[in-house]
Amino acid sequence: MEDPPSRGIALALEAVHRTFRSTAGGDVAALAGIDLCVAAGSFVALLGPSGCGKSTLLRLVAGLDRPERGVVRLRPGAPGGDVAMVFQDAHLLPWRDVLANVALPLELLGRPRAERLPLAEQTLARVGLGDALRRHPAELSGGMRMRVSLARALVTAPRLLLLDEPFAALDELTRMALDDELRRLWREAGLTVLFVTHSIAEAAYLAERVVVLSRRPARVVLDHEVALPAERTAALRAEPAFAREIGVLQEALRRGAALA
Amino acid sequence: MSSGPLARLGPPLVTFVAGVGLGELAIRALDVSPLILPRPSAVLAAALAESASLLPALAATARAVLVGLALSSTLGIAAAVALAASPWIQRAFYPYAIFFQIVPIVAIAPLLVIWFGYGSRAVVAAAFVVSVFPVIANTLAGLRSVDPALRDLFRLHRASGLAALWKLRLPWALPYLLTGLRIAAGLAVIGAIVGEFVGGGGLGVIVLGAMRQQRTDLVFAAVAYASGLGLALFAAVGLASRIALRHWHASEGDR
Repeated sequence: MEDPPSRGIALALEAVHRTFRSTAGGDVAALAGIDLCVAAGSFVALLGPSGCGKSTLLRLVAGLDRPERGVVRLRPGAPGGDVAMVFQDAHLLPWRDVLANVALPLELLGRPRAERLPLAEQTLARVGLGDALRRHPAELSGGMRMRVSLARALVTAPRLLLLDEPFAALDELTRMALDDELRRLWREAGLTVLFVTHSIAEAAYLAERVVVLSRRPARVVLDHEVALPAERTAALRAEPAFAREIGVLQEALRRGAALA
Repeated sequence: MSSGPLARLGPPLVTFVAGVGLGELAIRALDVSPLILPRPSAVLAAALAESASLLPALAATARAVLVGLALSSTLGIAAAVALAASPWIQRAFYPYAIFFQIVPIVAIAPLLVIWFGYGSRAVVAAAFVVSVFPVIANTLAGLRSVDPALRDLFRLHRASGLAALWKLRLPWALPYLLTGLRIAAGLAVIGAIVGEFVGGGGLGVIVLGAMRQQRTDLVFAAVAYASGLGLALFAAVGLASRIALRHWHASEGDR
């Protein structure tokens, strides 16, 4: 159903290596030869155990870090504002109200003031926070803060959205609501989404394709197209097809954990 | 729970009045010499009787303290920003910033008079020297503790170093800076009084003069004025931080 050409960014990682110096003095390989292609406009989940190098991978894609070996290619290339990132916690500026937090990326990119606030307002309305513009992060619940964080990522109309276990700290109900929201936003906006998670159910529910990574140093254990309808609702979580997907991913995750 | 001004100020006021009253009674009962320890009522009488000289002295000391604090906050923040610029700069210069922390102000006050001459400039310098370190140390701690995810966010949007300083690092360091200023305020009063012992002027000179005349009541009165000054500054910084941080910091605000 996503037939029109996507405005999303396509992504290619070739033999990407990244090693960190540990405090003990030794070298710890986070990524050991990752190959990964992500089609423009797709929704891909990276599933792996905690601390396996998933976040390192996202930072490389975002251009916040460089690989020692291998290449990370974005097509088309990404000028400022085209890549957005959502972190594990909301990470808002506590001294700014919700509206000013969401307008921040536009401000940093040097967009004129008259353009910033209306855009931020519209984006907040899209994540269901149209009536909380003047509140400060300290006055919001965890779920609301994460919505603000999502709005801040979407306000520049990015073509690649990177999410690093964004809903891990939220309660189950809030998390499921945000999952639905994220899928809706993705289908509306036609962007590429790379979603890092350690939750099997979340990966299966959200993504078109799940890439399962082994434990550190991360390697691709399974590259799996999720055989679920494009229209996903909460009822899907109870269906046998969903359980089958979970089973496949679980098995791969287990295999990845056994790899030395 | 009510947390109005009465609930907050009531208990310390009650203990103050009770303490002063008990002191008054004890000094009378034990018949302590007023040269050693004057009765609180005598101190109050001296404070009122000598107000014609105490109030201008208080004003002079307050002016020196405020100028010294203004210098130590501006230069202290600037120094912290410079030190935070790179680990190398910090390693090379921070040990010397600690000099301001360990310098015995009583010992270098004469030096300040040699450099700046008698009068308020030496006093301001003394207030500055003792109060700048807490500003540097706290602001630096704040600048260094910026959330790494937010740094990433700024980098992702190609923010300039100046934008990151102005929109992220300085606001992030603000609570730390205000804590530093609270400490600096008390220290600046100490520095100014010591500076006045040597450089002249203000409450410091009144204390010295009263000591020579064996007017212990006046010494106490001047000390009370100086303490009042320190207390007022401490409260002012506290109020400023409550206003500045009312929305966002867990230690402030009304939840």
